[in-house]
Amino acid sequence: MTALNRRSLLAGAAGLIVTFTLPRSAMASYSTVAADSVDAFLSIAPNGDVTIFAGKVDLGTGARAALRQIAAEELGLSPKRISLIEGDTALTPDQGSTGGSTGIMVGAVQIRQAAATARARLLALASATLRRPDSDLDTNGGFVVVRGGGESISFATLIGGAAFELSVDKMAPLRDPDTYTIVGTSYPRPDLPAKLTGRHVYVQDHRVEGMLHARIVRPPAIGAHLLDIDPSSLAAIPQARIVRIRDFLAVVAPREWDAVRAMRMLRASWSDAATLPGSDNLFETVRATPVAKVETLKNVGNATAIFDAATRVIRATYRWPIQSHASMGPSCAVADIRDGGGVVWTASQSTHKMRRTIAKLLGLDETKLRFVYMDGSGSYGTNGNDDVAFEAALLSRELGRPVRVQWMREDELGWDPKGPPQLLDLRATLAADGAIASWETIAMVPANIPSFVGIPLLAAVAAGLDDGAGSSSGFTGMNSDPPYAIENIRAEVRWLKTTPLRPSNMRAPGKIGNVLAVESFFDELAHEAEADPLAYRLRLLSDPRGREVLERVGAMMNWTARRSPPDRSGKVLNGRGIAYVHYKQAENYVAMSAEVAVDPASGAVRVLRVACAHDCGLMINPDAVKAQVEGCILQTLSRTLFEEVTFDHSRVTSTDWSTYSILTFSDAPQLDIALIDRPHERPLGAGEAAAAPVAAAVGNAIFDATGVRLRSAPFTPARVKAALAARAS
Amino acid sequence: MTEITLSVNGQDHKVTLDDLDTPLLYALRDDLALRGPKFGCGLGQCGACAVLIDGDVARSCVTRAIDAEGRRITTLEGLGDPEHPSHVQAAFIAEQAAQCGYCTNGMIMAATALLARMPHPTEKDVRAALAQNLCRCGSHARVLAAVLRAAQGA
Repeated sequence: MTALNRRSLLAGAAGLIVTFTLPRSAMASYSTVAADSVDAFLSIAPNGDVTIFAGKVDLGTGARAALRQIAAEELGLSPKRISLIEGDTALTPDQGSTGGSTGIMVGAVQIRQAAATARARLLALASATLRRPDSDLDTNGGFVVVRGGGESISFATLIGGAAFELSVDKMAPLRDPDTYTIVGTSYPRPDLPAKLTGRHVYVQDHRVEGMLHARIVRPPAIGAHLLDIDPSSLAAIPQARIVRIRDFLAVVAPREWDAVRAMRMLRASWSDAATLPGSDNLFETVRATPVAKVETLKNVGNATAIFDAATRVIRATYRWPIQSHASMGPSCAVADIRDGGGVVWTASQSTHKMRRTIAKLLGLDETKLRFVYMDGSGSYGTNGNDDVAFEAALLSRELGRPVRVQWMREDELGWDPKGPPQLLDLRATLAADGAIASWETIAMVPANIPSFVGIPLLAAVAAGLDDGAGSSSGFTGMNSDPPYAIENIRAEVRWLKTTPLRPSNMRAPGKIGNVLAVESFFDELAHEAEADPLAYRLRLLSDPRGREVLERVGAMMNWTARRSPPDRSGKVLNGRGIAYVHYKQAENYVAMSAEVAVDPASGAVRVLRVACAHDCGLMINPDAVKAQVEGCILQTLSRTLFEEVTFDHSRVTSTDWSTYSILTFSDAPQLDIALIDRPHERPLGAGEAAAAPVAAAVGNAIFDATGVRLRSAPFTPARVKAALAARAS
Repeated sequence: MTEITLSVNGQDHKVTLDDLDTPLLYALRDDLALRGPKFGCGLGQCGACAVLIDGDVARSCVTRAIDAEGRRITTLEGLGDPEHPSHVQAAFIAEQAAQCGYCTNGMIMAATALLARMPHPTEKDVRAALAQNLCRCGSHARVLAAVLRAAQGA
């Protein structure tokens, strides 16, 4: 019989806070490390082991393996001898947010250059000792070695425990990719054994001595003001305490369940607020929203004149719904802010930025704050993690004690910032030979409105610390122009002044909806031109990397050239569809094909198989890339088939997993993924690009199966049935 | 205040409850400092909080701690550790069958219970056993492969 003492447990758990003893004085003052020196990115311990400091973090992506690999390769050392510190503002350089698929494209590339600079210095140091020119030397296994054999000297002897005191040299020579032995291998993710046995400490598991648990009491309507609180409603939980700052309301208690109970029991009265149009009227509202700014994304040839003169114009309108990040674990953070400074433990994708933002909101000296990244539940953009970090900081400062805040399920689905709605009008004309003569896209998405907070934080607005005017949801206009050689193209983005629910950047921001519109409409034109969809694409695509992914997917699907749809009848209608993206018209090349079975009686769409060919340049860890591509496909299938945030005039109504459905194990299709490695190209990200063509591939497959075109996601049974019925009538 | 005794991973622990409706999840996480079961929804919808009670999968967020008294509770930690993972955990590691890993607890617990009663399931059986487990990162294909791998090694 073991009687556990809570105090000792908490102390024991607190002992798990990672602490570092490093040859740097940064920790005491929490000043950040400039991102221009070798020492900012790596240090070599007295025993020769290496620590890498990354401002970019691993969100379950495998970056924790890949960053080790790229540094190990460049330095000449086993990745097992590398430790990695991620996203701790006191220890790591600011490499920008871990977003936009930049963890590898920017983060790893900077670390590689720092490692290359370090390697050059190690060679120079060894050159003096070994009395051999640098050109005779190489690094291997943590030693500088003489090429072809002979003497060697360890990194530990050369520099162990000392700083490099060197700027990162942008010209430091990189290893020849043809000689790679670590990069390009599927080094296993170092965090998985602990995660899969319950030993890993997520931010949700983090405990600090003396910590209080908090829950936020949300208003019944977005924008409602708090009128009155009845503290007597908590008489049954005397250990609970209420914290109110204007319209921000929270309860805290030493035990978590008491905080949850108090949140539910607290009686408060709020003003009425009904600021939302209701999700049934979403796209009428979007179309009626004033435009803040018009951006011409692309204008080649003279599309407008051709439309004006045309006798026949093909038109279509596409809609992408509001969606939730819908992380499995509600957002959580722990903060200990006392005497004007302290530490926030957070799963934020932007610890450095959040440190600046929260210092400003709380009027604190930035150098007195430290943000420590800890793994959370997967995030795919800005979900509730930044909100909850501020809530924890605000409550901790208010109470002078460490505070842990975890959201409830209804907070996460109801109050996370949302992927915004997209409305796209397209039109095109065909020449007599079936070629596309002119193309126009008009994309309507919410404007990015600059503010120091980026995305307004719920508690900052409620507490009157921010006016909530800022807005940021990413580069949502990109890929709304077709990636094909069409002589006359006009693509315009109408940046709208407002949007019904607070928006944020959500995986492949805007690109999924834009590619749905562009690649579905392209299929509509192929159908008009009586052309095979794959051949019609290849005819207009000269980029060899783009052609290769399309041809690979065609081969994977045993694609036979024919027009869509063939004559189909029967109880279940099968079809295939294809889609292509050159991500941001500058990054990855991805082609995707989906095979679907549609039940016309129920309208249910089953995706049986998805084939994908993916080119992200140099691959550091192919299995991690594959996992990201799988995740892009499966999550976006979920968004394509099931997901739509619903709301009434006051608040979000899809706040649990029955009202906001996501893909289940029953729905997961067979995946066939071809990864194209290009060791001599720059490495790109893999966390977003393969999401972009998923909805279009499925929509095109549904058309191939049924002959009806779905232009509004998600492709629910009700929508499919309605489209089939409309065609029949 | 009510004191109960919970048998978790082969050891008895005393836990004091302020409220008789305290879910088992809070006792495991906050009183016993276990990290395997996770809070996902509090509604029994997602599976992140799964534990085994007398060998059956249970959702600890909707099971009262007091109702688990006198029963054999196993958490993810109780199956194995990084050096000696259970065969299901080892299969998940071999397949790299997690992204963030937050929900994976539920799949490992459900798979462990499945393989105990059906050592050689088909893929369809595995899908059915995991039908009520949600994953947001998109690890489904690898999780299915991991459970089938564990079954082959059983």
